[in-house]
Amino acid sequence: MKFVDEFRSGKLAKRVSAEIAALVDPGVPVRIMEVCGGHTHTIYRHGLQQLVPPEVEFLHGPGCPVCVISMGRVDDAIWLAEQPDVLLATFGDMMRVPGRRGSLLDARARGADVRMVYSPLDALELARRNPDRRVVFLAIGFETTAPATAVTLLRAREEGIANFSVFCNHVTIAPPLRAILDMPDVRIDAFIAPGHVSTVVGSRPYEFIAREYGRPVVVTAFEPVDILHAVVMILRQRREGRCEVENQYTRVVRPEGNPQAIVAMAATMELRETFEWRGLGRIERSALRLRPAFATWDAEALFELPAARVRDRKACRCGEVLVGAIQPWDCKVFGTGCTPERPLGACMVSSEGACAAAYQYGGQKCPAAA
Amino acid sequence: MSGGGLITLAHGAGGKATRNLVEKLFLPELGNPLLEPLGDSALFDVNGSRLAFTTDSYVVRPIFFPGGSIGDLAVNGTVNDLAVAGARPLALSAGFVVEEGYPVDDLRRVAADLARAAERAGVSVAAGDTKVVEHGKGDGLYITSAGVGVVPRGVELGPHLVRPGDRVLVSGTLGDHGMAVLLARGDLDLEADLHSDTAPLHGLTAALLDVGGVRWMRDPTRGGLATALNELARDAGLAVELEEAALPVRQEVAGACEILGIDPLYVANEGKLIAVVSPESAPAALAALRADPLGADAAIVGAVRAEPSGLVLLGTALGGSRIVDMLVGDPLPRIC
Amino acid sequence: MCLGIPAQIVEIVDLESMIARAEISGVRRNISTALCPEARVGDWVLVHVGFALATIDEQQARETIALLEQMGESYEQELRELKASAA
Repeated sequence: MKFVDEFRSGKLAKRVSAEIAALVDPGVPVRIMEVCGGHTHTIYRHGLQQLVPPEVEFLHGPGCPVCVISMGRVDDAIWLAEQPDVLLATFGDMMRVPGRRGSLLDARARGADVRMVYSPLDALELARRNPDRRVVFLAIGFETTAPATAVTLLRAREEGIANFSVFCNHVTIAPPLRAILDMPDVRIDAFIAPGHVSTVVGSRPYEFIAREYGRPVVVTAFEPVDILHAVVMILRQRREGRCEVENQYTRVVRPEGNPQAIVAMAATMELRETFEWRGLGRIERSALRLRPAFATWDAEALFELPAARVRDRKACRCGEVLVGAIQPWDCKVFGTGCTPERPLGACMVSSEGACAAAYQYGGQKCPAAA
Repeated sequence: MSGGGLITLAHGAGGKATRNLVEKLFLPELGNPLLEPLGDSALFDVNGSRLAFTTDSYVVRPIFFPGGSIGDLAVNGTVNDLAVAGARPLALSAGFVVEEGYPVDDLRRVAADLARAAERAGVSVAAGDTKVVEHGKGDGLYITSAGVGVVPRGVELGPHLVRPGDRVLVSGTLGDHGMAVLLARGDLDLEADLHSDTAPLHGLTAALLDVGGVRWMRDPTRGGLATALNELARDAGLAVELEEAALPVRQEVAGACEILGIDPLYVANEGKLIAVVSPESAPAALAALRADPLGADAAIVGAVRAEPSGLVLLGTALGGSRIVDMLVGDPLPRIC
Repeated sequence: MCLGIPAQIVEIVDLESMIARAEISGVRRNISTALCPEARVGDWVLVHVGFALATIDEQQARETIALLEQMGESYEQELRELKASAA
């Protein structure tokens, strides 16, 4: 696969690993947080923690938008799916997230019409083909995905498709990063910034991390060699006394982002005052909702959602995992009371969640022991 | 399993949930020495001959797909369960549950496919049954098949025979069937030159048994290679170490999996086998597989180790190592 | 939601609706170019949930690889020297 295989090359990985080994300050830990499920997945799937010296530690932040949807919102989605004539469409990963009474998959087993789609446009097509049904698209994702939902809404309006609506759960990347950096005892030395979010928003939204909080940031692509490259860039910044936002993903990310995407989002969506993040609590101006002009396609305007606030399970320590304070295997219920088949919390829910990735690829042991 | 739950699709996916259902619901009710090994076939003695007996149900959707149909699966799937138990397949049964309103021509087509597959596999369809259910209660057509075969004297297979140092072989490319069927459903609007690999494997298994040194065989259907090897590792109390670079995967399968965020290790195969053989037999076993058109892409993909017991590990192309777990849930596309 | 795949535009399906056909490793799918209107047949794009998000700059990719291939040289050199001196 072009643009993929080259960045998975074992030979190249060894070279970059060697460079990391040469740049590391022996005995000086460097804790690097990534905030994108894609990065979490790559790190675990390719065993990258084993390819870097022990001084370099990868932390996994709240970059999995499926994992951070609160149980209350999941319950709302299930409620929607159970309404007469409703056909709920969403991405595959979202179907396994547990609310209070199980997941969307469980709701489907009870008879709700829940369907998996690959693109929001597929959900719009379902609406065209099923004029007697009310198709609701459960929209999730960071700024990477919000533009796709935006374009779909504009298309729905253009074509006057009245039986289509969006239950919008899009979240934004910068506020949770600030929330984490504001926490006491935070021990993060640098950030690997999400490559595909940056395709849309560019690299400027992360500048506050370098300027106000003094941490280097590297916008990074998703193959294993890319992540190793980002580690090199971070180590070089530290060595040279620099602290800035750099772009490793030059083949795709432009500093100004994608203007069409930003315009589409602005035309259809606005920031909510606050939003509940599973494991992290309420964060201000961190999520999107549809603009009033799009009320006709807004599930929150069309339906009277229960909108209950549900507390996370007690044994769950996802909040600490999501901010990199603990690793998955530090949590008492990891692998026992909380597994991918029966997830208790956010981080175990999606295959990109830190705990799910650790469980699947690292077994129930710490990778160092494996 | 606690009472009052509902059966979900995960229970049928061939992974952990399926295993749980079998071990915690069916075995407690049905358990007996013939069933308990949970092998692909049950083996028992009749007047000095060892018979293999197996059953399978076919609920594939869509019914016709590139590379075959439910008729082909109904023969090959059952034949293969017999073959990997070391048996020479003799006869099958075919029970049809047809939905009211299903086109007669389609049924004829399925029957023709089934007949042709049986001929190719050298088995007779010795018994059959047909039931019709009301419209809306049957989703077109389901087929159940049972198979019987004879295990030659001296053929002994099982996880208890597997030793550290044994080699793991696969007879060809992984994930072809599952991806072909997934794309054929049309929901995902992906187009590719993918076709099911459905095929009878008794020729390959006979060739392997001729070489000798075969410890265990399995056809990795639902749950893929990863699930089958996890079951072996657990049953044998050993570890299996795979090499990512050695796994044969077709370009289109890799591409489709990449797009959908699915791992080919978990995707169903309907014309491939896994064989664990002694280290001395491995080269000859590989040659025997490759000599057959169905085994042209055969490869040695890993080895058995003593530790860590019960686990399957994968050496990544990057020189790292990770665990390959059993399938959880249904392979839903990863978006992020 | 980060899963983005590099795919090549092989056909424009509907110019007005901004639908193109993209291919990766022989697998083809219709995608929207609404967010990447500059994409042309033959271009490589990053595809996410059925949308092209950006074109892939092949030159930049080559430069990145070239940069990476320079790495580890001094370390490897040191290792070679160590090995030689221990021999």
